[in-house]
Parts: sequence; structure tokens; C-alpha cells
Amino acid sequence: MSARDRERDGNGAVGRSRLHVVTGKGGTGKTTVAASLALALASGGGRVLLVEVEGRQGIARLFDCPPLPYEERRVAVAPDGGEVFALAVDAEAALLEYLEMFYGMRRAGHVLTRFGAVDFATTIAPGMRDVLLTGKATEAVRRRTGSDRRRGGRGGSQGPFVYDAVVVDAPPTGRIAQFLSVSAEVAGLARVGPIRNHADKVMETMRSHETSVHFVSVLEEMPAQECLDGIADVRGVGLNVGSVLINMVRDPLFGPRILSAAAEGDLDIDTLARGLKAAMLENPEQKSRQLAVEITEHARRIRVETAIRERLSGIEYPVRELPLISDGIDLAGLYDLAELLREQGMT
Amino acid sequence: MTAPHPPRPKAPAFDVDALLDSPSTRIIVCCGSGGVGKTTSAAALGLRAAERGRDTVVITVDPARRLAQSMGLRRLDNTPRPVPLASGDDGARQRPPGTLHAMMLDMKRTFDEIVEAHADPERARQILANPFYQSLSSSFSGTQEYMAMEKLGQLRQSGDWDLIIVDTPPSRSALDFLDAPKRLGRFLDGRLLKILSAPAKSGAFRLIGAGVGMVTGVISKIVGAQVLKDVQTFVTAFDAVFGGFQERAEQTYRLLQAPGTAFVVVAAPDPDALREASYFIERLNEDRMPLAGVVVNRTHRTAVQQLSAARSLAAAEALDESGDHALAASALRLHAERTQVQAREIRLREHLTSAHPGVPIVEVPARPEDVHDLDGLREIGEALGTGGTRQGAGGERVSG
Repeated sequence: MSARDRERDGNGAVGRSRLHVVTGKGGTGKTTVAASLALALASGGGRVLLVEVEGRQGIARLFDCPPLPYEERRVAVAPDGGEVFALAVDAEAALLEYLEMFYGMRRAGHVLTRFGAVDFATTIAPGMRDVLLTGKATEAVRRRTGSDRRRGGRGGSQGPFVYDAVVVDAPPTGRIAQFLSVSAEVAGLARVGPIRNHADKVMETMRSHETSVHFVSVLEEMPAQECLDGIADVRGVGLNVGSVLINMVRDPLFGPRILSAAAEGDLDIDTLARGLKAAMLENPEQKSRQLAVEITEHARRIRVETAIRERLSGIEYPVRELPLISDGIDLAGLYDLAELLREQGMT
Repeated sequence: MTAPHPPRPKAPAFDVDALLDSPSTRIIVCCGSGGVGKTTSAAALGLRAAERGRDTVVITVDPARRLAQSMGLRRLDNTPRPVPLASGDDGARQRPPGTLHAMMLDMKRTFDEIVEAHADPERARQILANPFYQSLSSSFSGTQEYMAMEKLGQLRQSGDWDLIIVDTPPSRSALDFLDAPKRLGRFLDGRLLKILSAPAKSGAFRLIGAGVGMVTGVISKIVGAQVLKDVQTFVTAFDAVFGGFQERAEQTYRLLQAPGTAFVVVAAPDPDALREASYFIERLNEDRMPLAGVVVNRTHRTAVQQLSAARSLAAAEALDESGDHALAASALRLHAERTQVQAREIRLREHLTSAHPGVPIVEVPARPEDVHDLDGLREIGEALGTGGTRQGAGGERVSG
């Protein structure tokens, strides 16, 4: 496969992307999807970093480990020898690290903290916080083994990349374009200076084919609309959309003919009652009427979901689906979802 | 033998109609984490209150066009717009109807108005043109919450409405609504801003000496000297405005603790949303803010209570083996799924009640379809008002 082919393979999959940004409306399960994607990318011997930027400790909860510090920690092993590391990026810690890395000012950090200057600098310019968070993720993407991390790894050594891929559990869809287009945000405030240079460097990685933004949605109206709006926004700022992941998809359970009859309230209650009777249930007629109510509501919901799925499938990016795991997500569930992502060509 | 199971706590029913009908209820604040249906709940409460005779205004922060459309408005802006209440069944109303207005918070516009109201025209122009002010007024985390409170204060003061319903800004944490305004206030009042604005003549400067120089030096290094200059200009101009600004915010905050204000915590029946609801209830207690009750949105209830999930699945399997009756087998599977969902939701609700016994709860069943019009909002209002329990009596109303 030539490098060009690998940039974007036939089914528009992530191909050679190494930075995967996962976003979605609140409640769509983007953290779960991000974690599964990290596992999927690591399986078969990969080394993947999963980054959290909102200080929610959602990753620690998912992987059932203690709260993550500002430090890359191994949280899971993937099938066939891969490893997933996780990092909770905190803007304040990232700023101190940045100061130390670029200015050798470790001691200054204390004074800055005492004055509330760190808080100040990260709130003075909302873009500043985002640059620090995305900056950490892009740094991990570029990092190579054996290189000195000072000066951003420009130490001349060109060892292999430390991480095969980096997955970011990003802010919700409503804020994603703003979050990722850091250089535009910072440009409004700082036209020159080190933070501007830093932002430009982050943007270089963000805009390259190394980066894909994935949108998580569920089959509900508002999340789907936000997903489509978010895709337009992200394209608008010149970033690559990877795929749409429809999460928590339920099994329709019934065939299309029964579903459409049920949605109209024309379900064959007698046939249902005969079945219940055959299953030796008491009061089959009464139960059949009650169950018909459930089927009708279910069918109406599925009809709405089908319309939403059609809307989402109308876009030019690959659409993948993940099932609802009804008992709540645990580690085993994450591995199942990771496997499904692999089967659907996500890695 | 096992020890007897302690009796399960039972939450009192949240009587939403009584809250809406009481003339002493003047402000209702809907809060909760993102994605739980807070905005829709606020709109449904507003509609129900109006149809029960209150002159109501709903302040929303959600830019979703759909909500405006569902209220028959083409768009919402920073000024309360009347919502036409014509549609709907007149017979169902037992009282002379009140009125409903709705508006969407425009935080930048609201901030600009405060500046214009508190500064002389020349200074106001200076502030509004400052790049730092522009960034602060449109994207500082906390500005939206601050402005929501400001707007609430304005509407309350105007005396035009006897009930104001506030939908709080979407945020990760419901607590942001209470914390963010203080954060902005602290930030604007912070000593760093003061030092930056006039380092040379500040007494603190001499005391701290080289420290300040270093701090300004580093900040200047990070963000660039020009940003620092914008900040200094802003602080100098804003200083005159600030006193009034802070005072208003404190007044509004006190308004939230005053009798007549009721907090309604909105949650969805999932662990994250209920955890947030729990934090928020604790916080309201600490701040002595009056909690009226919790709305658990989009719950699922089965229509066949006397058929357990296990029994249902076993029957479905038996039918599968017989090879006939595919419809009944699928129906039983669907029922088992719903029963499991219902059991999980009840368990989550019980956790909340164990932690906060005595907090009234009302459930709103999930709807197969989304809300598109006033009728949809009215139905949600009906579920809120009647405790969402009528479905239990009829046994026919379940949810998708």
C-alpha cells in the first residue's frame, strides 16, 4: 500500500490517522466510544494513548481504576498484546509543563500559582486553555522514542513514534469546532508571541491527514442534529471528519411489516394472544392487549429512529453502529465494542 | 436466615401543580446536567403555569430552533416574546388562562447592556471596543451563567411577570450555575487584575517587589504583550463600572435564596445524571437554597406489571423451540427488555431517595416521538402536573 493509499483507504476509514478526536452530544456515550476505539486501535500489539480533557475522570470510571493523575498510565491491555495508556490533561499542569519545557521555568511555577496567574492565564483567553489541552494531545502524537521531550522533541533523533495512535475524549459537539480551531481562537487575542507559535504548531497537526474527528450520535433527534451541525462546523474550520458512530442502537426485534402495522395501531392481537396461550401464560387475551401497547410504542420509536438513521446516512462519511449494552458498560463491554469497531473497518 | 431487609425509602410525590399555582412562587430555576431535557421541562412548566392562570416568562439558554418552533415562535431573542396559546383543548382548562412569554439569553447583548447602563457613554464605548472585553463577554466560562442571573434580576425587577422560569446554561455540572458567576466576579475583582492594571502606583507592588515584575513578565511572555495591554486598558475602564456590577450579581444571588424561589432539579434515569442531581441537592442545602423537587425525565414503565422478565424470557425461549408464534416470542423479549430497564431505573431512583429522603420526585415517561409543538409540551406539563402516575392507574400509558 502506498503512503497515499493509506492516507484514506477505500471505505474512507481512518487509514493512517494517528490522532482520533471523539466528540458527541452529552449523553451519547462519547467516552465509552473513545475508550473502545483506543482498545480497537491497540489490539494486535499497538500502543495507544487515550486522553481526557474535561476533568471528569470518566476514563478511570470506565476502566475501573483510581482517578488518573496528570501522567500517562497503562489502563488496559488489548487483545494480542496491545496496550492502552490514559492521561487526564489538566490545563494548569499543562501550562506549568509548557513553561518548564520551553523556558526552563520550573521555579516560576510556584510564584505563578501563588498569584493565581495560572488560573488567570488559562481563563484570560478561553482559547488558551484549549491550546494547552490540544497541545498536549498533539505533542503525544508527534513524540518519538529516544528524543528529548524538551524543545518539543526537536532533538534530532528520529526514533519510532511512542504511540501508534492517540484518542481524545473531546468536549461535546456544540463546542468541538471552537475547541479544535485553537489557532483562530488564539489569533483573536494574541497576534504574535510564543502561545501563538504553539497554537500554530498544534493546528498544523490538527489540519493534517494524521487527524480525524469522529462524531458519536444516538438515534434521537437533537443529538443527530448536533452531530450534523458539528460536522459542518468542523469542516468549516478545515479539519478532517473521520466517521459517524451511531451508539446505543437497539435491536428492532420485529420485522418491518409487523413494525409498520404496530406503529399504526393495527397489530394482530389475536395471533399474539394465541402465541401467549401456547406459552402457557395466564390471561393471554389481556396480556396480549397490554403487550400490544408496548409493541406499538416500540414501533413508533423505531420509526423515528429509522428516519434519523436515514438522515445520518445521507452524509458522505462512513457511518458505523454500536449496539446498546443494556446492563451498563463494563470492561467486557468495552472489549466487545472494540471488536465491533474493528469488524466495521474502523482501525 | 437473613436479616430483614430495611424498608425501602419512598420519596414523596412532587406536587408540581401546587408549586405552579401558588402565588408565592415567583421564580423557578430548572437545573441539571446537560442532555436531561432541562430546556423542554422549563418550557413545559411555563406552558402549564400560563394555562393555569399565571403570567409567566421562560428564560432559556438553549439555542435549539426546535424549542422556539414548538412554542410557535420563529426564533427566540434577548427580549421576552409572547407565545400564542390558542391551540389546545379549551375545555381542559379550569381557570382563566394567564400568559406565556419566552426569551433566549444573549449573553453578549446582556453584558453590553450592563456596561451601557453603568458607564458613561464614552467609557462604555471604550469598554465595548476592547478586544479583551469582547473575548470575556462572548466566551469566558461563567459569563453565560452570570448573564442568566443578571437577566433573571432584570425581569424580576420589572414586575411584568408573576412567575419567571429559568432554564440554566448547559454545562458539564449543574453546580456551574451557582459557581460560575462568583468565578467571574472573583476574576474581575482579583488582585492580579488590579496589579496588572496599575503596577507602578500600587502599594502591593512595593511589598511584593520583583514577584510582580516576574508574573507580568511571564504572562506577557505567554500570551504576548499586546494581550496584557488590552487587559490593562479594560481594567482601567471597567473599574468604574465594577462596583455596580458586582452589587447586582450579589443581589440576584440573594434573590435565589429568598422565599418565592424554587429550584427544580431535572435528571434522566441514568447513573451520571442522577449523580449530578445528588451533588446539586447537597449543594442547594449547603447554600440554603429552596429545593422544590426532582423531575426524573424520560422514564420507562412497562404496561404488564405482573409478568416478570425471567418468566417472559423463558416463555419466549419455549416458543422459539416450538418454531411457531414468532410474534409472541418477540413481544415477550421486548417486554423482558422493558422490565429490566424499568427495574434498573427504579433502583437508580431508590439510590437517590436513600441519599436524600424527603426530596419530592416526579417522573415524566419517555415519549416515542420528540416534542414539536405546544401539544407535545402540554402533554409533558400534564405528566409533570399529575405526577406522571395516571399511567399506572390506566395501565395503558407506557413509553418507548
